Amino acid sequence: MNTLTGYLRQAGTAVRFLLFATLVLGVAYPLAVFGVGQLIAPYQANGSIIKDSAGTPAASALIAQASANDAGAQDPKWFHARPSAVKWDPASSSASNLGPNDPKLLDAVAANRAAVASAEGISEQQVPADAVTASGSGLDPDISPAYAKLQVPRVAAARHLSADTVMSLVNKHTTGGLTAFLGQPSVNVTALNVDLAAASPSK
Amino acid sequence: MTFNTASFVIQVAALLIVLAALHKPFGIYLARVFEGTTSSRPERLFYRLAGIDAGTDQTWSVYLRSVLAFSAVSILAVFGLQRLQGVLPGSGSLPGVDPWIAMNTAISFVTNTNWQTYVPETTVGIFVQMCLLAVQNFLSAAVGIVVVVALIRGIARTRTHRLGNFWVDLARTSFRILLPIAFVAAVVMVLGGVVQNFWSTDVTNQAAGISQSIPGGPVASQEAIKELGTNGGGYFNANSAHPFENPNALISFFEVFLILLIPSALPYAFGRMVGDQKQGYTVAAVMGTLWLASISLMGWAVASGQGAATAAAGGLGEGFEQRFGPVPSAIFATSTTLTSTGAVNVAHDSLPPLAGGVAMVNMMLGEVAPGGTGSGLYGLLILSIISVFIAGLMVGRTPEYLGKKIGPTEMKLAAMYILVTPTVVLALAGITVLIPDAMANAPATGPHQFSEVLYAFTSGANNNGSAFGGITTSGPFLSVMMGLAMLLGRFLPIVLVLALAGSLARQGKIPASAGTVPTHGLLFGGLLLGVTVILTALSYFPALALGPLAEGLLK
Repeated sequence: MNTLTGYLRQAGTAVRFLLFATLVLGVAYPLAVFGVGQLIAPYQANGSIIKDSAGTPAASALIAQASANDAGAQDPKWFHARPSAVKWDPASSSASNLGPNDPKLLDAVAANRAAVASAEGISEQQVPADAVTASGSGLDPDISPAYAKLQVPRVAAARHLSADTVMSLVNKHTTGGLTAFLGQPSVNVTALNVDLAAASPSK
Repeated sequence: MTFNTASFVIQVAALLIVLAALHKPFGIYLARVFEGTTSSRPERLFYRLAGIDAGTDQTWSVYLRSVLAFSAVSILAVFGLQRLQGVLPGSGSLPGVDPWIAMNTAISFVTNTNWQTYVPETTVGIFVQMCLLAVQNFLSAAVGIVVVVALIRGIARTRTHRLGNFWVDLARTSFRILLPIAFVAAVVMVLGGVVQNFWSTDVTNQAAGISQSIPGGPVASQEAIKELGTNGGGYFNANSAHPFENPNALISFFEVFLILLIPSALPYAFGRMVGDQKQGYTVAAVMGTLWLASISLMGWAVASGQGAATAAAGGLGEGFEQRFGPVPSAIFATSTTLTSTGAVNVAHDSLPPLAGGVAMVNMMLGEVAPGGTGSGLYGLLILSIISVFIAGLMVGRTPEYLGKKIGPTEMKLAAMYILVTPTVVLALAGITVLIPDAMANAPATGPHQFSEVLYAFTSGANNNGSAFGGITTSGPFLSVMMGLAMLLGRFLPIVLVLALAGSLARQGKIPASAGTVPTHGLLFGGLLLGVTVILTALSYFPALALGPLAEGLLK
């Protein structure tokens, strides 16, 4: 009986502790971070939204965008992001979670390799690993510089731009410096495509 | 993707240097918080509102009762309010959470596991994320810390039944340690690109000619405590691989730093509180050595690029984010599994087999290098007691630890602690393997299927929360099994640790004699390291051989 009343008294304290701690940790704290974030870094705090040449929000610079139509056909006028387990849907996120020896993964890699090789008009051996593997988030906005370079001739031809013009845009969106050393050099396809549209608005 | 060894070595060294530089000043701060006797004005207001008598010093059994009552109330509250999501504000049009998922998630966040059987994007709204899950990120981390503080007091105090006041310890840990650091860390994350707002943004995707909704939410505030409190439950399904949780390699490095910050400073606080700094240094050195050995092994296993699919792809890539690549992923994967964090910036399921195996071994070690907030240190202190016992057997003396006799009672408690988690992992994984319907939730084939199940229960019972994500545990059977693993793996050890703390506190201090095995220095550190590794190997080797070792070595 003593133990039971002891537990009940403790539970009463627990309820009140949880309630008031929630006001501090679950309401005041996130609101304070929100306030500071909106004040000093509104661009980042609101999802790094970039706009097209008309000023309309076009993308988050951090989130991959689909460049395929409903039937799954890739549009040659755009740089293509890495394969995605969630079809680049920003309302979800996931990896394939297939094991390193999974036959389903082997099939997916082979299919991706054939598709990229035919889209770029190159041999299958030239396709880099990031172009045939699904990312961890399904929303990876970046590709390797090698994969970007492979896509330059196709995009340039489809847009009637010189390869040099397109390549200079690729270079502009290639990371360097510390983040590239800590991670690896990457080309942000989402931001690149928004810039590309501005450079050749005719589509 | 290629493994840049120079980048790997520099980042590992940088982490060691930064943490070594901070562990003393931060450890002193921690000890001051735990030993403080005065309360600030807001704290006194908080105690009055919550009905806490800050002057009470609790016995171990009352302290335990407080831990259990608080955790039970938290589980019920997180469960109930998830079920009511449909009528609560700030949840958009999301309905109440499925009962099995709500139960699993409530246990998961209160036990500091943060196993995510729910898909955040489609299951939980801002209210649940911010007012339930993120709050438990703070409080479950604080519970782990106060339990080790009670154990340290049990070692340091003599001839007393009193171990401190759970409620005061919990409030101080939450408000003086976790909250200020989390706030600064969250602001740093926002600057780095992590989202913190309360709305989504519609954008027009020109490439596909469609309109899309870019999600928002209080992500940075949750991300900061998720790492600092070694929790690991992500705002998004992809966790720290999601660009909004972890936008670049610099933030990824910062997240690993946050994960390791508190666990690596607690040994210094321990040394200070028991009045023998060498004890703290020895424990910290053992943690550091294990971390360094494991991260080297992980780096090697990732760089090996083993696996038929990896070979077919022409290199690593599946499950990796391009902005990170193999180096930040290997560093993150090691640090998240050697602590009780379980956040991931790479899909562990797709890692080369032996790299996945290293992640499992890290958890099986009991997550002691440097371990979860509080739980890592109490795990290693129990292993220290086992080590002095073994050393005592070798020299034929009654073992002592820091002036306290390790008698039959203490040894029984320590031995049970060591047995609890492996028993839970192997029994529950074993039962699951026998049920074909349950195994259908792990769609992989061959040894990898067993690995997915073994990883899940290892992660659950060690309160880690990372996963081989191919497995689906949202159905009733696996929700309950994982719920059991998390509950037993969290609270049985806590019962044993607090009982041990009570039994040590009652003793007087015996002066060290010629027969006392010193519990500091290279010899003891080596012994402790050996005991930790050998106990793990004995418990888990057969299971590991059927999973990652079979997949990694037989190909």
